[in-house]
Formats: sequence, C-alpha cells, structure tokens
Amino acid sequence: MRVSLFITCLSDALYPRVGEAVVRLLARCGVQVDFPARQTCCGQPAFNSGYWEEARQSARTLLEAFEESDFVVSPSGSCVGMIRHYYPKLFEQEPAMAEKVRRLQQKTYEFTQFLVGVLGITDVGAAFPHKVAYHPSCHGSRLLGVKDEPMALMQSVKGMELVPLPFAEDCCGFGGTFAIKMADISGAMVTEKTDHILDTEAEVLVGLDMGCLMNISGNLRFRGSPIKVMHLAELLDEGVKPA
Amino acid sequence: MSAQSATGGQGRGAAGGATVRERAQLALNDDFLRKAVRFTTERLRSGKKQASEEHGNWEAWRERGRQIRLHTIAHLDYYLNLFADNARANGAHVHFAFNAEEAVRIVLEIAERKAAKSVVKSKSMVTEELHLNRALEQIGVEAIETDLGEYIVQLAGETPSHIIIPAIHKNRRQIAELLSEVAGETLPPDTPVLAGFVRKKLREKFLEADIGMTGCNFAIAETGSMVLFENEGNARMVTTVPKTQITLMGMERIIPSWADLEVMATLLPRSATGQRMTVYMSGISGPRRAEDADGPDEMHIVIVDNGRSLQLGDPEFQELLNCIRCGACLNACPVYRHIGGHAYGGTYSGPIGAVLTPALNKDNVAQWDDIASASSLCGACYEACPVKIPLHDMLIYLRRRKVAQGYSPALEKLGMKGFGAVMGSAAKYRGALRLGKLGQKLVARGGVIKARLGPLKGWNRYRHAPSLAKESFRDRWKTIEQEIRHGLSEIEAARARSRLEAALKERDNGGGGGNGHG
Repeated sequence: MRVSLFITCLSDALYPRVGEAVVRLLARCGVQVDFPARQTCCGQPAFNSGYWEEARQSARTLLEAFEESDFVVSPSGSCVGMIRHYYPKLFEQEPAMAEKVRRLQQKTYEFTQFLVGVLGITDVGAAFPHKVAYHPSCHGSRLLGVKDEPMALMQSVKGMELVPLPFAEDCCGFGGTFAIKMADISGAMVTEKTDHILDTEAEVLVGLDMGCLMNISGNLRFRGSPIKVMHLAELLDEGVKPA
Repeated sequence: MSAQSATGGQGRGAAGGATVRERAQLALNDDFLRKAVRFTTERLRSGKKQASEEHGNWEAWRERGRQIRLHTIAHLDYYLNLFADNARANGAHVHFAFNAEEAVRIVLEIAERKAAKSVVKSKSMVTEELHLNRALEQIGVEAIETDLGEYIVQLAGETPSHIIIPAIHKNRRQIAELLSEVAGETLPPDTPVLAGFVRKKLREKFLEADIGMTGCNFAIAETGSMVLFENEGNARMVTTVPKTQITLMGMERIIPSWADLEVMATLLPRSATGQRMTVYMSGISGPRRAEDADGPDEMHIVIVDNGRSLQLGDPEFQELLNCIRCGACLNACPVYRHIGGHAYGGTYSGPIGAVLTPALNKDNVAQWDDIASASSLCGACYEACPVKIPLHDMLIYLRRRKVAQGYSPALEKLGMKGFGAVMGSAAKYRGALRLGKLGQKLVARGGVIKARLGPLKGWNRYRHAPSLAKESFRDRWKTIEQEIRHGLSEIEAARARSRLEAALKERDNGGGGGNGHG
C-alpha cells in the first residue's frame, strides 16, 4: 500500500513545516507516506490565467510522480480541487492521458478528507488550549465539498475554543495570480477578511490552504497584528506533541 | 423587481475609467459607494440564505430549475416557435431581431407609426443592452423609467449598477438631492416621502404615455404568455394603461409551461431578494379582449438574439443561457461588493456580467476588457446561482480564449513560459528554488519581504510576503523520513492498513474519487 504526499509548490518552497506536520500526523495514525520527488506544481497559476499548455507541462509531473501511488494526500483543497475538478478538462484534447488523469483524480485526497473520510479518524488526541478562528477556503469547501471533516477534527481538540468567524465563507481575496493582477481589489478583500478575524479576538487563525493563509497572514503582519496563522495540520501536530 | 436601498454616501459610480482596473480603482476610492453596495448586497444575500433554508428542499429545487433550463435551451428553436405561434394566435405581433440595431429599428418603427410622444418603461435589462432610451430620444420620443431605482438612475444620467437594484450604489441623501431638483423644492432624505413624490410624478406619466414597454422574466411557450415579477406595481401599470404595449425579451427567456413556472417562481424571488413571492406577479397573454376591463389594444413582442445564439452548441458557454437574471451571483460576489456594478463596464455586472459581456461579443476577442481577470475564482457565484451555472469555470475559459487568440500582456506571457519550463521538470524547479534563495538575500529580512518590487509591487501594498524557506520540504525529506520511521506504531499501522484496503476495494467498485463540486 503506497500513500504519497503531494506537498504543493507553495508548502514545499515557503512552508515546509506544514508538510512535516502532515507526515508526522499520518505516521501517528499508522500511515507512512513517501515523497515522489518528480512532483512540482498542480499547474493552477498557469491554468487559471489561461495558459493551459504551460499548465499541462506542470501537471504532467504529478501524473508521472504519482503513477505508482495508491493514495495521494495533500495539505491543499485548492490544488486537490485542480486535480479532481479541472484535470479532465485540461487534458481533454489528449485522449491518451484520460486513464492516467482518471486514476490520479480518484486517488487524490485533501488532507482532512483523507484523515476523516478514508482513515476514519476525527480525534488525533490533540490538545490546544487557545482561542481559534477557522477560515474555510473556497476551493476546498466549494469545489471539493470539504466542510464537515475539518469541523469534526477541530471539535475533538481538547481545550480549544473555536470562535465563529463572521462571513467565514467569503473569499480572502487570494485567487493566485488575481492577487498580483488585480492587486487593489484583492487588497480590499483581504483587508475585509482580516477585519472580521480581528473582530473575533482569536489568538490563532487556522485553515486548510497555504495560499489563502499566506495572503491572510501577510496582511495581518502588514497591519501589525500578532495573530498566529496555522494550517490545521500544524495545529494538530503541535497539539499532540508531549509538553 | 427592485427595492431601492437608502444608505451609503456620495458615490457617483465608477463608469469613468477606460479599463476594469481604472474603474475598480475609482470605486475602491469611493467609500460611500462601497458602503452602500455592501449594505444592500449583505441584506439581499442573507435574505436569500434565510429563504432557501426555510424552503427546506432548496438543493433539489435548484436541480429542477437547472434541468428545466437545460432542456429548454437544448430545444430552444422548438420552444421559440411554439411561443411565437401561440402569442400570434393570442393577437400579439411577434418580431425577431438578430442584433441590437434590428431590435431598435423595430421599436422605432412602431413608435413612429403610432406617432408616439412618450413611452413609459418598466425596468428591462434588454432595453439597457440595446441603449433603447437614447434611440427613442433621438427621434423625439420621451422614454421614462417607472421602476423607482431605474428612475433615479435615469435622472442621474447613469446606467443600472445591479441587475435588480439599479441604484444600489446610491444613498438616500443623494437620491433626495436628485429628486429635489425635479420637485423644485427640497425634499427630506426620508424614504416614504421620496417614494411618494415619485409615485405622484409617475402617475401623470402613466396616464399620458402612448406606449408601455417592459422586459420579460419568463415567456411561457405553451400559451404564448409573458410573466413579470415586480414589487412596485409599475410593470402592471405599464402593461395595462397605454394603448400600445411592447415587450422586449432575450431569446432565452422561454420556459415550456406554466408547470415549469412553479419551479421558477420558487427560485427567482427567493434568490433575488429573499422574498417568497414578489408583491406583483403578472401573466400577460395578448392584447385586450372584448371582455377585459383594461389592457393595450396593440401588443408587440420583440425577441432579441444579439449574441445569445453564439452560445448555442458551445459546450463551455451554452449554460450561460440558463440565467434567470436574479442577481444572486452579484450579491454573493466579494469582488462586486468592493467595486460595484459600473466597474464591470458593461450592461450586465457582477459574475454573470463578467462572463456574459464577452460571451455576447465572442467573435471580437480584441474588444474584450480584462474583466474576466477581475475574479478570485472563489465560486461563490456558482454556489448562489439558482440554476447552477458554473460561472467560475467560464471565467477560466474566457481567459484561455483570450490567451489562445494572442491577447495577453508580453510580460505575463514570458512569466508563464518560464513557469511551464520550470514546473515541467523537478530538476529545473530545484534550480529555480536555489536561485530564488540566493536572490532573496537582498530583500528578505526576518522571514519576510517588504520591498514593493516586480510581481510583489501590488502584493506588498497590502501585505508582507514570506521569504523562501532556508530548506525546502524536499531538501529536508531524508531527515523527516528517518524521523517517522522510528515512531510508527504497529497497532495503528494495522488499523490504517485495513481502512486503506477497504477504500481501495470501494474505489474498484466504482465508489470514491469524483471530480469535485461537492
């Protein structure tokens, strides 16, 4: 049985600690993952901007890297959404790829989907005595329908106070290249998001996608806020560490 | 259908800029506009949320609505013919207009034949699309909007900034100023007073108008009838008082039957305003009959194509014709909330406008604005849509078509070529990471980059950017792998193995996986 980690380019280059947390948590749950090093990026930045040939160049590395894997787990609903929702369309003109695409689609899971849906684990035994707000990322919740899984995991964390985030389902304004191309609209959106986060008086903001979390934490830092921003995997991993 | 909101500030709209970026900038700097738009869209979307929850079976009805629209559009030629035959049998004159010029010509000919001096209109996005008011004025016919919001927008010399709330970008004080000019006295910024003034003013106009003109929410093929949803009663006045009545409708407004209307009448008001039903719902089947107390003597129906048929047979865009113009996608859209409708630069705004405007002009990619790029692709529009149009996917298809036709900025093109080359090979990607780590030494301090340079110029106006990690995950993998190898519990491993085997078995039997969308 081969379970592989799809780290995503963002976590690989900027947030390796998120990947480590996923690997450690899965090991704790009895799953030893491997890391096929041929993987790069799901191709979403090029795909969303309209450059599909370039997106395919990138996507092919995943199709090859995970060819032999039985399960692929990734700490990003957006990148998994790209594979599950858009790869068939991206490779529509290449019928020879259809079977490969279908197999990758079927075996790829967002981290909480895998933990809760496949392994059947909602309590990893974590304690985290802090006030936490949760931002549900758009692609995870809307493209993949990942809503209950993170809730179940968070509700099992001992000592954690989960505070409601107003307008939680609103986009944080990241949108990949959107944040670069339409910087001022994106800036207005992230500022509104962090206004709501600041209103909760949470100590920690948790989410499932480092794209959104990079955007939110970048704006919180810019505004001088000390609120800590964490991926749920990091939070759970920290919560199971012996004190 | 419109209930004008009365909050906000001094906003003058954002129609002035040449590009979507410029227009968005104007709106973003207009706190009054943003406050007004936020207030009303929040009210509407929370109303919709409540109404759909109260309904109890929303998702199933949404799917029914989608199926009705899919079926109708797939057989649009048949239902259009059926509608036209039945409407003619009812005594209406039915005209087909291939483009805006033809539609305008048909209307002007009717106005000239009737020697009309004035037209009263109830809100119609199609007539906005055709710029019909301007054309009527050019031949000396006064065209008066009778929907409160649309009347305000007309007085201000603007266009609607929302499909159902035309003056969403204006506040009560600003509206009082506009109406005071008409009244010749200072009116207080008090909603009942302002609405009362307009009602009295418009009553005169209704009585003296030669022609009444409306849009159409749904056209019922089986009886050749038209159905209008509204809250102010003005559409009913427009369709009953003047001697001549003209309905303008997009060719996709058709539904097969009155039974289908039940589904649409459930979806439309709830999605638009959170109402279970609008205050008025009128069904109109032809001109006045001998036994009728009122109604027009002459009725015309102008069915407008104007780019709609370009979507037929296009698998990526045909579903666009399913739209029932409820405005729910505008109310759900976080981009619309910040920039309002005028920033979109077309007749239709919000997510539906961002897709519809270029799609109706599909053959002229060179004329497309960069409006499809003004979206974070968050999918809130799809989630809000009562007939499940995948607007977030269509935005990506528009971007692809623009790039494929060669209309992409040189720098972006270069960047994407680089992306493809680097991400196409793990070795090159590793190399790029190494280079990046060297390069960032000039700008990274304490794990963040604050300099507003290159692609970080816009990003860092609102944020600090993270710097590349000292060691990437792939650099650390060997160490991590050693670490976990020791910690693996045999009991957990056995349990996990049986779960994984069960999941694999289910997958082989056709379960699991899926392509998203919940």
